[in-house]
Amino acid sequence: MKIYSHFIRPYMVWIGIFIIIPMLLILFYAITAEGNEVLAFRFTLNNFVRFFDPIFIRVLIRSLQIALVTTIISILIGYPIAYFIANANEKWQTLLILLVTMPMWINMLVRTYAWIGILADYGLINTFLGWFNIGPLNMMYTDFAVTLGMVYNFLPFMILSIYTVLAKMDRALIHASFDLGANRLQTFLRVVFPLSIPGVVAGITLVFLPAVSTFVIPKLLGGGNFVLIGNLIETQFITVGEWHFGSAISLIMAIIIMVSMVITKKFDKNVEEERQLQSGGSTW
Amino acid sequence: MVGIKQYRWLPILIIGLTLIFFYLPILILMIFSFNDSRSLTSWSGFSLQWYRQLFESREVVNAVMTTVTIAIISTIISTFVGTITAIGLSKSKKVIKELVLTFNNFPILNPEIVTAIGLMLLFSAFAIQRGFMTMLLAHISFSIPYVILTILPKLRSLDPNLAEAAMDLGATPWQALTKVIVPQITPGILAGALIAFTMSFDDFVISYFVTGGGVKNISILVYTMSKRINPTINALSTILVVIITIVLIIVNVIPQAKKKERVTLE
Repeated sequence: MKIYSHFIRPYMVWIGIFIIIPMLLILFYAITAEGNEVLAFRFTLNNFVRFFDPIFIRVLIRSLQIALVTTIISILIGYPIAYFIANANEKWQTLLILLVTMPMWINMLVRTYAWIGILADYGLINTFLGWFNIGPLNMMYTDFAVTLGMVYNFLPFMILSIYTVLAKMDRALIHASFDLGANRLQTFLRVVFPLSIPGVVAGITLVFLPAVSTFVIPKLLGGGNFVLIGNLIETQFITVGEWHFGSAISLIMAIIIMVSMVITKKFDKNVEEERQLQSGGSTW
Repeated sequence: MVGIKQYRWLPILIIGLTLIFFYLPILILMIFSFNDSRSLTSWSGFSLQWYRQLFESREVVNAVMTTVTIAIISTIISTFVGTITAIGLSKSKKVIKELVLTFNNFPILNPEIVTAIGLMLLFSAFAIQRGFMTMLLAHISFSIPYVILTILPKLRSLDPNLAEAAMDLGATPWQALTKVIVPQITPGILAGALIAFTMSFDDFVISYFVTGGGVKNISILVYTMSKRINPTINALSTILVVIITIVLIIVNVIPQAKKKERVTLE
């Protein structure tokens, strides 16, 4: 029975106005330029060509680099934590997951701003180091500060998505692995880790995607001279008013992100297929 | 479990360090909101002067009002639209459902900044004056997808014949909806509303792009103020952290208390 199915109609109209038209507008702005008096717009690919200037390409590469480093650090720190939490007893699990989740509910600007007082030249770390006559270390407005800010903001996503997979894992598999003579390391490498890859992949998308596009963290911790692709887009729209070029950059960024997500997903699938092949092989 | 017994101290150490990493900056931020001087590093005595400045500032009071008003209105509207859409989707043809969900995922999968400039271009294309109204529309728009995705799984676990059964027993479609379906998915609706509220309350990127005419929410205010050291931000942040913590404790404790109550009643 299809009663209530017409309930989706208002939202379908909403999708048209607030999701589809904005996407088309970005595309439209990206492939047009301000025209003359007769025609308000003329079609052009100049906005894209303009992006392939070494200055902008360097910004893009730097954004990808920092996002990648942030993602790798998040996996290296997040995985062991997720693993330990998943192996704690149930009472602790609930508490620890709550503690990991809590910072995510706090305003991102507040969380990022909190680091300024710690990292600044006259900040807490340098005050502390000063007691031992070390420093002052210049930490603000560096790659280090921006990467730290990103890891701080996005690490909980990585922990939670890996934890979700590990917590759901069938314990019998681990016991079976031990019964069959595998040691702890072998069990981890050949049973637990392969099974947890979907969680890592989900975590990668949750960390990498916002890390590539953020402009708040580089602005607060990197200062005015620290330009990542998000800052470039922000400048085009807010300061310079070059909406056409800004739209083109956003489109390029969206495509790069989509491609990297497809690659990550594919990697996930390959592992899955391989595992199925292996397990299929062993049953025969 | 395995390996924990031999290396008991290692997990505790690593988790402990991470929690310090998560909470120490926020704690320091809160402590220095009570500092007597402008410094964010050296303590010169307890004072509430930054809080006084905060409440005396019209800009801050306005930003708080804007944030709360938008969060409440957008939560109500997006929860309502999200709920009826989710119910509608659970009764729709698979093709239509997939199509709607694909578009529904756009704002979730897209980088925030792309959603933001899309909405900014939309409002300018329709010559809508940017300000409170555009911010509200944008907040409703980015909240609905999350509400739908929170409620849908609850509907999936529901017996598909529930509404029909109610109607066979004489309920009107409206009664079947309000008396049977909605009560069953209330936890999902509340979870969706909570997500919508906090997302609206904390949003910066989208608000920043779609606002205008000097309308600011708390995040935009923090952003504009944070360019130089300013302990009033610490004071404002402290209040925000305390509010969010209280809300989270209530949200997490009430269901457990209820559970316990039920257990003792049984």
